[in-house]
Amino acid sequence: MFIIKYKKIFLSLSIILVIVSLVFIFTFGLKPGIDFKGGALLEVDYSAGRPEISLLQTNIKTLNINQALIEPTGDNGYLIKTRDLSESEHETLSQSLSIGGKYPVVEKSFTSVGPSVGSELAHKAILSIIFVIIAIILFITYAFRKVSRPVASWKYGVITVITLLHDIIIPTGIFALLAHYNGAEVDTLFVLALLTILGLSVHDKIVVFDRIRENLNTGDKKNFAEIIGRSTSQTIVRSINITLTIIFVLVPLYLFGPETTKNFALILTIGLFFGIYSSLFFASPLLVSVEEWQTKNKSKKS
Amino acid sequence: MKKRIILALIILVLGSGVALFDYKSEPKLNKNFATANSFFKNHPFRLGLDLSGGSHLIYKADVSAVPSSEVSSSMDALRDVIERRINLFGVSEPVVQVENGGLISGGGGEQLIVDLPGITDIKKAVEMIGQTPVLEFKTEAPKGTPQKLVVDKTGTATLDINSQYVSTELTGRYLQKATLQFDPNTREPSVSLQFNDTGTKLFDEITKANIGKTVAIFLDGAPVSTPVVREEIPNGQAVISGNFTPTEAKLLVGRLNSGALPVPITLLSTQTIGATLGESAVNAGVKAAIIGFLLVALFLILWYRLPGLIAVIALFFYTAILLAIFKLLPVTLTAAGIGGFIISLGMAVDANVLIFERMKEEIKNGHNIADGMHAGFKRAWTSVRDSNTSSIITSIILFWLGTSLIKGFALTFGLGVLVSMFSAITVSRIFLFALGIEKSNSVTRFLFGSGFSSAKTMIKESIK
Repeated sequence: MFIIKYKKIFLSLSIILVIVSLVFIFTFGLKPGIDFKGGALLEVDYSAGRPEISLLQTNIKTLNINQALIEPTGDNGYLIKTRDLSESEHETLSQSLSIGGKYPVVEKSFTSVGPSVGSELAHKAILSIIFVIIAIILFITYAFRKVSRPVASWKYGVITVITLLHDIIIPTGIFALLAHYNGAEVDTLFVLALLTILGLSVHDKIVVFDRIRENLNTGDKKNFAEIIGRSTSQTIVRSINITLTIIFVLVPLYLFGPETTKNFALILTIGLFFGIYSSLFFASPLLVSVEEWQTKNKSKKS
Repeated sequence: MKKRIILALIILVLGSGVALFDYKSEPKLNKNFATANSFFKNHPFRLGLDLSGGSHLIYKADVSAVPSSEVSSSMDALRDVIERRINLFGVSEPVVQVENGGLISGGGGEQLIVDLPGITDIKKAVEMIGQTPVLEFKTEAPKGTPQKLVVDKTGTATLDINSQYVSTELTGRYLQKATLQFDPNTREPSVSLQFNDTGTKLFDEITKANIGKTVAIFLDGAPVSTPVVREEIPNGQAVISGNFTPTEAKLLVGRLNSGALPVPITLLSTQTIGATLGESAVNAGVKAAIIGFLLVALFLILWYRLPGLIAVIALFFYTAILLAIFKLLPVTLTAAGIGGFIISLGMAVDANVLIFERMKEEIKNGHNIADGMHAGFKRAWTSVRDSNTSSIITSIILFWLGTSLIKGFALTFGLGVLVSMFSAITVSRIFLFALGIEKSNSVTRFLFGSGFSSAKTMIKESIK
């Protein structure tokens, strides 16, 4: 199996991708959205043409709301971001947007999140990711308990988690790069996309590991690398096909779906691609490397 | 063989029945929805606020004054009071939830989450929730109390009524029940009050001490009526007869009965979504789901041929069953929930793909088609079981920990995985075996081939 044969190349490629992604994340940074840091977001639509941004800015400046970030959306709308607003502040803001009635305006949506709610959400999001990862290690350790030789079942769990980190760091890095140019923010849906990637990616790894388990139980246990290679090649078509079917539903979700889930679909597609890559080209080589390292250590000791 | 065909037919009829239910119970699809059976009428999709438009409010409840053992009961009481207040305004299907703080949510404290579908005027919404009617009974101030004179814009001077009366202990706190009644002669509405024991005693004392004088009834700081006490009233009954319209009187009764909030609340965050934005999100979601379904179906048929076609039928069943579950439970659908559903369309065929790949492999290893089918289902099972178990574990954790948005996604995703285990395994197995293909000839070999090769070339390869 070529994947095992050239495992050093594939492992290095993955490590390079992760490092590049980490560089993106730390240089560009991730901007938290209003659901995490608090703030207000107002989406308005001007049916009879929208006023200039500068005109709105000068109007908003008089309102004691400090800073407002205004972005055009659609043909006739604006997204206005400010600090979190009380209901009366919201009202004065929406009244001022019509600029004395010259520009009739419809408010499509308004969100205001207090800073404490935001930090709580962020806390919950991080906790969910940690809990999901812990549960996955435990489950894999349990499900593969019968295959403790030559590699202990908990190591399958740990390898899965290492590949999962790979699978979420790379899309996050790409997101950081994209966000640097289009100003996308990290919101609950972004976290949800990462969690879904975790779920799908584990799903995938289990299928490959299951085949390894089957081949280990029936076949020759001595040549571990060969069994891994054979198992990977036996599951490769399935892995690619299932990723394809999910991408077939994600692409329409991105192209035609609701505005709110567009970024979500994009991150998921990227994550899915790297998830499948890691199942085939990262997890399996890593498993072989762990086994080789084990035997080397053992022979040194004896 | 006959048994298998009958079983397949039964499943087919049941599945079509479920699909018919989905169709009939959707106002947008069923043209005769208005005259439809009430069972159908009661089960349209329940759309979340981001799709139907409405307001989402998060309140923080200040429970610092409540002993920790009573926090949860006072939060429940708070929820009940707020629910009653909202119901008075005729909001359809409001959702009021208590979200408790503690370890997991990072000590955010006790929160109350209020969803008001269809209400886009936050100001009104906040008012209807926050309003506590303050009912007070006041007696005439003793003579010699300094009076305040109020001069209005027209220059007319009036005595400030607030300084003419002094507060008593009797307030709405001691109210047992308020009822709406109409004067038999004038048909004017009035509100009848019944005090509890303490209130009755207080009212008795007040009336006894003030015979011949007025007692003012203040509502929210303004006097609504100032009747003259003619005699002592020992039974704790009073009547407010302001100049109410019947609606006002009814509202007042409701508000008085709904009581005061057990704990003070402050508004933390608000969200409103206009109805048009929600509607376009629904249309976009439906469009994406249909195109996604068609692409997956096309891929399955082109790649897996006959088994692929069976998988498409299973996927259709999957969709029908899952949508019916959404309607019957009901699951509140949000944009994220629809996203979860759409992804599950791609995931649902996972078991099929696993089984078909395994079947192909078994046929390649020398099994005939019928044996290959059996072996494929049998051997793929452990993969299907373990991979789906991990997906279910993930969705349970997300449902448990997540915020409302993540919960919606986790629920649709988790249900999807469960239903897909039925549709992709049981349904496709029944149909595939009902076809009764036993012999291997060039046609069946082609039908069971996949991708770019046919079963024939696969068998040849294995002989080599």
